Order: sequence, then C-alpha cells, then structure tokens
Amino acid sequence: MSEEREMITGIEAPIYLQYTFTAGSAPARFLSQVKKGVLTGQRCPGCHNVYCPPRGSCAACGLPTEEEVVLSDKATVQSFTIVAIPIPNNPIEPPYIIANLVPDGSNISFIHLMSECVNEEVHIGQRVQALWKPEEEWDYAMDNIRYFKPIDEPDVPVDRIGTMPVTGWED
Amino acid sequence: MQQIAIVAYQQTDCVSWAGATNEVELIMPVLRRVFDQVGLANAQDVDFVCSGSCDYLQGAAFAFVAGVDALGAVPPIKESHVEMDAAWALYESMLKIRMGHAKSALVYGFGKSSPGELPIVLSQQLDPYYLAPQWVDTISLAAMQARLMLDQGLITERDMAEVVARSRSNALNNPHAQLSGDISVDELLAQETYVSPLRKSDCPPVSDGASAVIICTVEQAVEWGVPYAIISGIDHRIESHNLAMRDLTDSVSTRQAAQVAGMADGHVDVAELYAPFSHQEIILTRALGLGEDTQVNPSGGVLAGNLMMASGLSRIGEVFNRITSGEARRGIAHATSGPCLQHNLVTVVESA
Amino acid sequence: MANLAAVVGIGQTKYTTKRGDVSIAGLVREAAANALQDAGLDWDDIEAVIIGKAPDMFEGVIMPESYLTDALGCNGKPMLRVHTAGSVGGSTALVAASHVQSGTFKRVLTVAFEKQSESNAMWALSTPQPFSVHLNAGAGGYFAPIIREYMRRSEAPYDVGIKVAVKDRLHGARNPLAHLQKPDITMQEVEDSFMLWDPLRFLEACPSSDGACAMVIASEDLAEQSPKPPAWIRGVAMRSEPTMYAGRDEVSPQAGRDCAADVYQQAGITDPRRDLDCAEVYVPFSWYEPMWLENLGFAPEGEGWKLTMEGATSLDEGGDIPWNPSGGVLCSNPIGASGMIRFAEAARQVRGDAGAHQVEGAKLALGHAYGGGAQFFSMWVVGSEKS
Repeated sequence: MSEEREMITGIEAPIYLQYTFTAGSAPARFLSQVKKGVLTGQRCPGCHNVYCPPRGSCAACGLPTEEEVVLSDKATVQSFTIVAIPIPNNPIEPPYIIANLVPDGSNISFIHLMSECVNEEVHIGQRVQALWKPEEEWDYAMDNIRYFKPIDEPDVPVDRIGTMPVTGWED
Repeated sequence: MQQIAIVAYQQTDCVSWAGATNEVELIMPVLRRVFDQVGLANAQDVDFVCSGSCDYLQGAAFAFVAGVDALGAVPPIKESHVEMDAAWALYESMLKIRMGHAKSALVYGFGKSSPGELPIVLSQQLDPYYLAPQWVDTISLAAMQARLMLDQGLITERDMAEVVARSRSNALNNPHAQLSGDISVDELLAQETYVSPLRKSDCPPVSDGASAVIICTVEQAVEWGVPYAIISGIDHRIESHNLAMRDLTDSVSTRQAAQVAGMADGHVDVAELYAPFSHQEIILTRALGLGEDTQVNPSGGVLAGNLMMASGLSRIGEVFNRITSGEARRGIAHATSGPCLQHNLVTVVESA
Repeated sequence: MANLAAVVGIGQTKYTTKRGDVSIAGLVREAAANALQDAGLDWDDIEAVIIGKAPDMFEGVIMPESYLTDALGCNGKPMLRVHTAGSVGGSTALVAASHVQSGTFKRVLTVAFEKQSESNAMWALSTPQPFSVHLNAGAGGYFAPIIREYMRRSEAPYDVGIKVAVKDRLHGARNPLAHLQKPDITMQEVEDSFMLWDPLRFLEACPSSDGACAMVIASEDLAEQSPKPPAWIRGVAMRSEPTMYAGRDEVSPQAGRDCAADVYQQAGITDPRRDLDCAEVYVPFSWYEPMWLENLGFAPEGEGWKLTMEGATSLDEGGDIPWNPSGGVLCSNPIGASGMIRFAEAARQVRGDAGAHQVEGAKLALGHAYGGGAQFFSMWVVGSEKS
C-alpha cells in the first residue's frame, strides 16, 4: 500500500433545502394588483406616507398600513447606478441601469431596471414609465414590469422627489 | 446585583402555518399587545430592544431586519439581535440594564418554521465538516438520546407518554397552545412509533408565532404602576458539540446554570422547561432535582406548541404570569439550544 | 454607572482569500489563541465567550456557536452569538464589553469571523426572493446609487473615491496582516480598473477575505494586572433605524449621527477631529470615507471629501486624523469580523501596539461599524487612560 496519498483538504457538501414561501398579507394584496397590471401603495395611518411596495408596516411609525392607494406606473429617478455584472436568467446586457424609482403617488422608492435609455444620460429627477411584459405573461411578481424607460416630461427638482401626486405633474 | 423586573409578556397563538403573514405582520400584533400591557406607544418608549430569530427557519438572510419595521424605530433606537432564542436576547438586555445604559427593554422572538422542513433544516446546525453532510435531523438525534435512556433503564415508554398526556391536559388552560386535549397514556402508547422509539406525540409540533416581554428596573416598574415579578438570577452554559463526549441522559449545563442562577436559594413552585421531546422533560426535571412539589410545565410546555426562537422567552413569560396571578411565589424558566440540550439557560423569577 | 472595562488582549489571523489550512473552528481558535497569548492568559482565565458573524447563510452553518464551543474552550461556560448584519463585529464587541461593564463577569473572550472561501456571500446577500425582481444587486448595487446622490449633493470631484482607495491600500501595505498588499498602487491604476457599479470601480471595493479577530476584555482590577497596556473602553453605543421609510436620509443616516453623538458624549469628545487621534471606520467602498467623515462629525456637511483630498486622513501624508491606518475594510474584509477588526485596531493604536501602522502617540481612538442598508451602527471609543 502506497504511503503517498494526497491530503484531503476540503469537501463539497452542497445544501439543498426546500421552502414554501408565502408572501405576507400586505405584499399579497399588492401582488394581486400587480397581476392585473396595477401598481398600488399602502398608506400609513400615522404619518400618511404611502409605501410601495408595501411590506405590512410603516417602518417609521410601527403601524400596519391598510389603506390601498392606486399609483401611476410613471416614476421619478431618485438615484441609480450603472452595473457591469450580468443578472442570471435575465436577458438584459451589461452595462445596464439599476435605479431607485419613486412611482407617482408614493413616498418611497423601489429598486428596478431601466432600459431603452442612454446610460450616460440617466440622471436624478428624470421621468420614466414602466414597460410591462405582454399581459398573458403577467403573474404575481414585480417583474411583470420588464423595466422602466425615460419619457418626455420635465425633470422633477430633487427636493420634490417622493412628493409627486398620483396624477404626476398635473396638480 | 441590581434587581430587574418583568412587567409584561404576550405571545401569539402557536399555529402550524401562519400563512400569508410575513415577519412584520407576525410580530406587530404581539408587540402592540405587550406595549398596551404597560401603556406604551412603541419602541420609542423603552430604552433598548433586543430580538431573537433564525434566518434559516424562513430561508431568507436578514429576516430579523424586517422585524425592525414593526418597532417604530424613527427616531433611531438602541437595538440589537441574537441569532438564538429570544431568551438569550433577554440575557443581553439584562446586561444592558445592569450596566446602566437602559432602564427598560423590549425583548421579542419570532419564528416561521412552516416554510421549511424544520428537523432537516436544523441538521445544518451541526459541524459542517463531519456531521452536517450526513443530514442527521434533530428528531433522529433526540430519538437516539431516548433510546439510550430506555436501554439504560432510566425511563420507560410509559414515562414518556405520561409527560405527553400531562402536557396536553395542561395545555387546555393555555389559549395559545397548538396541541391540547385529554388523551390517556394507553391511547398514546397505542400509537405507532414515528422515528423509533419516539412517537409523533413525543415530538414537538412545528409552530409559527412570536412572543414578547418587557423588562425594566424595579424603579421603572413602580413608576409604570404595573404588576411585576423579579428576575432574581439568570445564567446559561454550553456543553461540547460532540454528542459522544456528553452524557446525553443528563443535562450538566442545565444544572450548572441553575446553580449559578441561585435556583436552590428558595422553593421552586413552578418550572417551565423547554423540553421539545418528552424524554427531555424527564432529563431536565431530574437534572434540576425537581420534586413532586414543583409544578412542571403548567402551560403545556413546548410539546403543546414550539415557537422556534421564541418559546424560550415564553417560558420566562409563563412563569411571570403565574407569579403575578398569585398562583406561585417563585419559579424557574429554562431555555435550550443546539442538538440534544447542548446549551441551556435558566432564569429564576420571584414575586416582588 | 457602568463598570470600567478594558481590552487586554487582541488576536487576529492573517487575512487572505482562502485559508485552506484550517477549518472554521481552526480559524477562530487561531485568533482566540493569539488574543490569549497577547494577554498573557490561558483558556481557563476566560469566564464567557461572545461570538459574532454575518448571516448563517454565508457558510451555511446554522447557529455556529453550537459547533464552535469546543474550539473556543467554552464548554461549561456561557456562550452568546450576536448577529446585527454587517455591523456584527462591532456589536459583538459591545455585547462582550457589557458582560464586564455590567459587573456580571470579570474577563471574557470575544471573537468574530468569516470564512468567505467556504461561503457564497454574493448569493446569500441577494438570494432571489419569490415575487421580487431578481437584480443580483449585491452590496455594491445597493450603495452605488447612494454614493451618486452624495456626489451630487457635495459636488465632490470624481476622484475622491480613488484617493481613498489608494490611501487605504498604502496603509494596508504597512500592516502584515492585511489581505490586499499593494504598496505600489497609484491613482491611475484605480481609475483604470473595471467600473463595476458606476461610480464604483473594482479597486474601490473591498475584497472577500477569510479571517477572524478576537479580543479579551477585562474588568478594571484585572486589566491593571495585565502585562501590556490596556485599551480602556471610554464609550459604547449602538443605533438602528428601519431600512426604508419616507424621508429617510440614506446618505447620512440619522442612526449614524445619533450613535456618534452618544459615544462622543460618553467619552467627553466635543470635536472629533481634534479630540481623537485616529479612527478605524467601516469603509467597504471608497466613497464611504467622505460620507462617514460628515456623518461622524469630522467635517461639516458637504465637506468630508475635502479632508480626504487634503490628506488629513492619511498616515503617509502626515494627516492630523488618520482614518483606517490598518488598511481598513478596503484591504481586508471577512465580513462578520470586519467590524470587530475596526474596534480591535482602534484598541491597538491606543496600546501603542500597531507596529508599522502606529499613529504616533495615539491616546484616543474611534472604532466604527455599520451594516444592513446602512441602518445598524455600533461604535466605541478606546483610550490609553481611564478617563
């Protein structure tokens, strides 16, 4: 028997665990609307701010958000970055834009993709609109919206981002 | 040591599936009740918040971060977290109060175990090189421990079934229990074994839920004008991870923690022991030398409802309830973590 | 009211991409053994162990304190595992200190670690969540937009981040333990490196490292007996705020400002730039230095970048307030340990024990850590004197 054997210095022990994930009650209400092509937010009874997507509470007040508010699918760029790393299972090619977008009528932003834009021209305050997947592909998921693309509307001044009414610029 | 008081305790129902409830929605109602018990608005009204949870139960990293959304943490609060049962979060909070950096603390724990297969998930708590790749689940480990006890003549299957029957019967008085009812020892023994020698009834149910406690200095409790109980001692100890190096039929660390916590300084009227498996309640009772005059698990214990990461805190709350109701003057609450009672915490609670 | 406590021993491992020669247990034991040796103590001198690390999902070991008790000589003792996301290394040190400051114990061991080579941090940080858009953003994708907003507000020149990246790597070249050893790094090299999440380039981001850091914290009477000078703990603070709420300032989070104000008040600091001799601050992406200079009150709002550009935070340029003389997170990043490394390196400075990256005559230093969506903060101030 040979004495020369390779030292074992590691093992690969993959972990496969299966979880049945159930969305919370507030996210489920939101997702049911998204499935119909409608973006909604929920309003805090304490500070009256609208959260999109809702997660069940106003984090500042610690109160459940119940009141549903239908939002526009137009939004304002609150901030963004240009990413060089590809996303698994997504056809989008780097470099692409990931942006924090505040939909009209909401007081906080969510993160999503931007496309059909010149990366170098994307800027804070820019107006964008959702590009939805074809209706037959709609499911309970935010990626019913493929990405947001710039629209021809005047920029929102920085201090007004997050305060736009649902009707957008028309007050 | 400065005296620390428990002033409030609330728990959700133990349910087998919390369904469409995310972490925030699981925690908020029980926090609302615990704040209301003292007359507080939200986390702004306590000096410190500490929680216990485990990401792997839900299968999402940073599950506890979502919990912060339930607190009303604006303006920012002093808050911390342990990836352990919230009984240890209570321990951390006591240190904060003892060092004078807080007069009060909110402690909460939560667990949504239903999404995954809990005993299999917990197999990944084991040594990642030698044990975890074998995927030994927690029920199998407990079953081996029970087998040791049976083979050594330390317990009988009837003893185990008696623990279960008592738990179910006691749980009839616990509005939050998941499993309760009058079932005879013979009916239990007639059931088939599940992971031998354990029957399903010897094992805890899988429960979703949350629990919360508020502790504070005695001065603060008096100022709030609410009934309180005193934590007169608390300690925890851990044993070797290597199961072969421990006497699995005893719980040395529980005895040690109880000794340091001063359990022997007075009579133990009630003991809430975190015994996920029936034979483990016997191990713990014997390790602590508890006699017939101590009521064990009047709440039904975790055999009646096992909120991972919260039931240890609930044991403390259950003793608190019995003291403030006048049923008991002094009791102990036990929490456990790790395979086969590896890590144990004992809290001694007394009437004011 | 809190009892006085001090750091009496510090141990670290050499930070590197992969420690293929030790298991996770071996890694933590090495740091702990180094700390005990530094303190002139043995395992039996320790009464309790407090460990911390980033999410269990990184290495896939659930509640690892259960597995690590043997390696850390903790059998028969209390063991606690803290988890506060990225700030965990710092919070762990604070919880450990509270064991002594509360008078409950007299001497404890604290360890924080990460074995990134045996983990998949990128995956764990962005596990695809059902119903959400999977953007694989990771930490960089999350922080880059916030940095962009800082750049807009402050009108800082484009190369502030590059300057920080160079400075911290030059500091790291003085620290034999640092993972990235780049004594010849230049501004041009950083500028030419691949742009990952605009405006962050590859060389402006932290590495992924294996490593562990440990400290022994003792009570006043035991600290006075220790062979090397203690680092007295003069202030401790933590703050949390929610990830998202309307009106949140993500660029200079309120929680960071409040936490700093609290720790400064305890330590008697009124002007951090003047009163502190140096700071070890959690800067995982270059631009966080100017941002934290403002958040922590070293510079007025909008002017943090000026301190960086004038070399105030550089050891090599003789700056008056060196930041991250150890090389910081930009040189070594075992995520769960990084916060504790900041706290430990601050302690090394005031013990006069920082070797080639020693800030001359340092008597008061700040240790800082943050985590989550820049929402969890933990800080301490340590000094060579008791008060």
